[in-house]
Amino acid sequence: MLKDVTIGQYYPTGSIIHKLDPRTKILFTTAFVVILFFINNLWGYLAVFGLLAIIILMSKIPVGYILRGIKGLVLIILLTVILNLFMTPGTIIASIGPFNITMEGAKIATFMALRLIFLVIGTSVMTLTTSPIDLTDGMEWSMRFIPFVRRFAHELAMMMSIALRFIPTLMEETDRIMKAQKARGANFETGNIISRAKNLIPILVPLFISAFRRADELATAMEARCYRGGENRTRMKQLVFAGRDVAAFVVMFVMVVGLLATTMINIPLLFPV
Amino acid sequence: MINETKKRMIDVQNIQFIYPHANEEENVIALEGVDFHIDKGEFVGIIGHNGSGKSTLSKLLNAIIFPTKGDVLVNGMNTKDREHLWDIRQTAGMVFQNPDNQLVATIVEEDVAFGPENLGVPPLEIRERVDRALATVEMQAYAHQKPHQLSGGQKQRIAIAGILAMEPECIIFDEPTAMLDPSGRREVMATIKKLNRDKNMTVIHITHYMSEIIDADRIIVLDKGKIVMEGTPEKIFKNVLALKEIGLDVPQMTELAFELRKEGIDIRDNILSIEEMVAALCQ
Amino acid sequence: MSVEIKKLTHIYSQGTPFEFQALKDIDITIEDGSFVGIIGHTGSGKSTLIQHLNGLLVPTSGTVVVDGLDIFAGKKSDLIQLRHRIGLVFQYPEHQLFEETVYKDVAFGPKNQGLSAAEVDQRVRKSIKMVGLDYDEVKDKSPFELSGGQMRRVAIAGVLAMEPSVLILDEPTAGLDPRGRDEILAQIKTMHQKNKNTVILVSHSMEDIGKLVEKILVMNEGEIVYYDTPNRVFTEIETLEKIGLAVPEVTYLMGKLKKKFPEIREDIFTVEAAKNEILRVIRG
Repeated sequence: MLKDVTIGQYYPTGSIIHKLDPRTKILFTTAFVVILFFINNLWGYLAVFGLLAIIILMSKIPVGYILRGIKGLVLIILLTVILNLFMTPGTIIASIGPFNITMEGAKIATFMALRLIFLVIGTSVMTLTTSPIDLTDGMEWSMRFIPFVRRFAHELAMMMSIALRFIPTLMEETDRIMKAQKARGANFETGNIISRAKNLIPILVPLFISAFRRADELATAMEARCYRGGENRTRMKQLVFAGRDVAAFVVMFVMVVGLLATTMINIPLLFPV
Repeated sequence: MINETKKRMIDVQNIQFIYPHANEEENVIALEGVDFHIDKGEFVGIIGHNGSGKSTLSKLLNAIIFPTKGDVLVNGMNTKDREHLWDIRQTAGMVFQNPDNQLVATIVEEDVAFGPENLGVPPLEIRERVDRALATVEMQAYAHQKPHQLSGGQKQRIAIAGILAMEPECIIFDEPTAMLDPSGRREVMATIKKLNRDKNMTVIHITHYMSEIIDADRIIVLDKGKIVMEGTPEKIFKNVLALKEIGLDVPQMTELAFELRKEGIDIRDNILSIEEMVAALCQ
Repeated sequence: MSVEIKKLTHIYSQGTPFEFQALKDIDITIEDGSFVGIIGHTGSGKSTLIQHLNGLLVPTSGTVVVDGLDIFAGKKSDLIQLRHRIGLVFQYPEHQLFEETVYKDVAFGPKNQGLSAAEVDQRVRKSIKMVGLDYDEVKDKSPFELSGGQMRRVAIAGVLAMEPSVLILDEPTAGLDPRGRDEILAQIKTMHQKNKNTVILVSHSMEDIGKLVEKILVMNEGEIVYYDTPNRVFTEIETLEKIGLAVPEVTYLMGKLKKKFPEIREDIFTVEAAKNEILRVIRG
């Protein structure tokens, strides 16, 4: 199940989209998400579809791989569609037993579903094309613009990066501990929920102890390497906007204006305006 | 006298260190009356069984902890002097035992850059330092790899590069080979010896493996928080019985020489290497 | 218990770009009551091999037969039963401790075996003593307030308490100081001599292997290079070095002394044996 969610799993292809500055991609994605909520007719969604299709083609990521990311969200999308379809009052166009489907309901349900799908695809294109370390750097930069968070921008980014560094290590560790306890006759496969939960103790306790020990040693090692928070710290890799980022900003501007313009179109497509 | 102090890399002056306990009577004295100094460019081995105070000592040299009595001077700077804290840590770098728990970044070269970034070195210079440090430990080819894909020996070499990029004068190695396999140990030892020989780096090497320090300039033996022996490897290792008494090994050749002498064979008691043994037996 | 490994092959992540063949057609028998050492550099397949012996890993092809019983042919419950008889001590086993007291932690295995409280109690006492700890002193202590070496022993006791007929130890002395190392190895030896169980020791230390085992299994890139007595294996210095291994220092010494003393034996791998051999050739 967890494996099906493709959000956040970097997929390197070396495309021009991958090479964009992470800040550009964060800004672009933010603009995209915001504008998505202004779109009020299918012309707009058609334009979004076209835009996403071009970006995905440019990113060279297999379409199937991206679509798998939606699989985990099918349930949520279905639920949204069903609720909206039957719960919205208005002109009845069909009835199933005691439930009525209205024109307004059909419209909202379609829009909500499209919005969710495009939202997930749009954001996963960002995480798929940005390495975790670039993403962290980009986040650190963009957090500077959010009040309250600004003060902890460096610390939050450092925590994210350390978490990314230690995820594989802790995964291996979990596997090893599990095997060691199995070798001592522990049984994780059978029993009811309560006994299964109890069986997790021999895994969780050593895992926590190990995580704390690692954290402690890492903190000492960081101090020994003169770490003292974000103040006066420099970075080897400075984020630099390149020509392609300027181009991306132009595209972004066109996207915002263009998508807003679609809201003015008065020609009905499928649904009356 | 002035020359004398200029030469000193580390000066440990009659220190005591106590790990405090909630109940004062249970305070643990980790080090007591420890007094020695290390000159610039020296390669000093520190041995002692687990719990002898070796690790405590290494943390005192890097101003991670501070002596309860006495002083530790690094390049003339007192570790108790808050003002010099960062200078001391930059001067005396430290490499730890567990290769996994000292690498911070998700990419090798980013990790090597961590130290100089903390020191506020300008970006372009960091780049140069990182490239140089990776070249010294012969890991340039791995600059863009993820640390968790490397072997233990390679991870330790990255950790060493991370310290080198801070341009220290002295590196303290706290059992850097304890968790490595033999080939990893060989890699790391070759790197450490190269730093001392070619870059004139002062090296303090804490270990359980006696074979790693047979060509050290000097060895300090700790037991129960005190220095019990100090001198050249030849002088230290010939005390086979005394070392075994405090739970330590001697190099296999030294032990063999000791056994042969017991049987009345007339050979030197300070043999350390195979070559020396061959020479002694074939004369 | 005898352990027959038959045409065992293991491929990790089969069918993905990360596919990696860790074991290739391993075919050996470990006799009942023998003491076998496994050597090979990291990544040679040692860990993968030993995890098959108690069914923690399932082979891609081939199988393991314990006492005439194919362990991968039976039901899952049989496999769990089997794990009770084949004890596996992982590297850094102290990292698996989790109970509040030493007693409870050591009792974890025997309890999983479904033994009676009296039986569990007796096993716990016995195994804590076997690893050289004072039962009364440590039983109520938290395992986490012990020293590193003591924690290691408690963890080993936790496996011994299951009284396995085959005991597999993966680098049981890694990271210990010389005394801790010597004590643990001595206890393993004593236990083997007393209980006559089969012991498989994975180690990087040629000196330790030379001192203890009857047979050495040398692995490289998932294949068996040698499976023979130390005398035979340690004289193959060239091949061992080619696959990144070494022989004990005294063995190298004997090779070098051969120029001066042509009659000197080369199958020497302990200081004790080296002393006797040198005395023999010198005194004539």
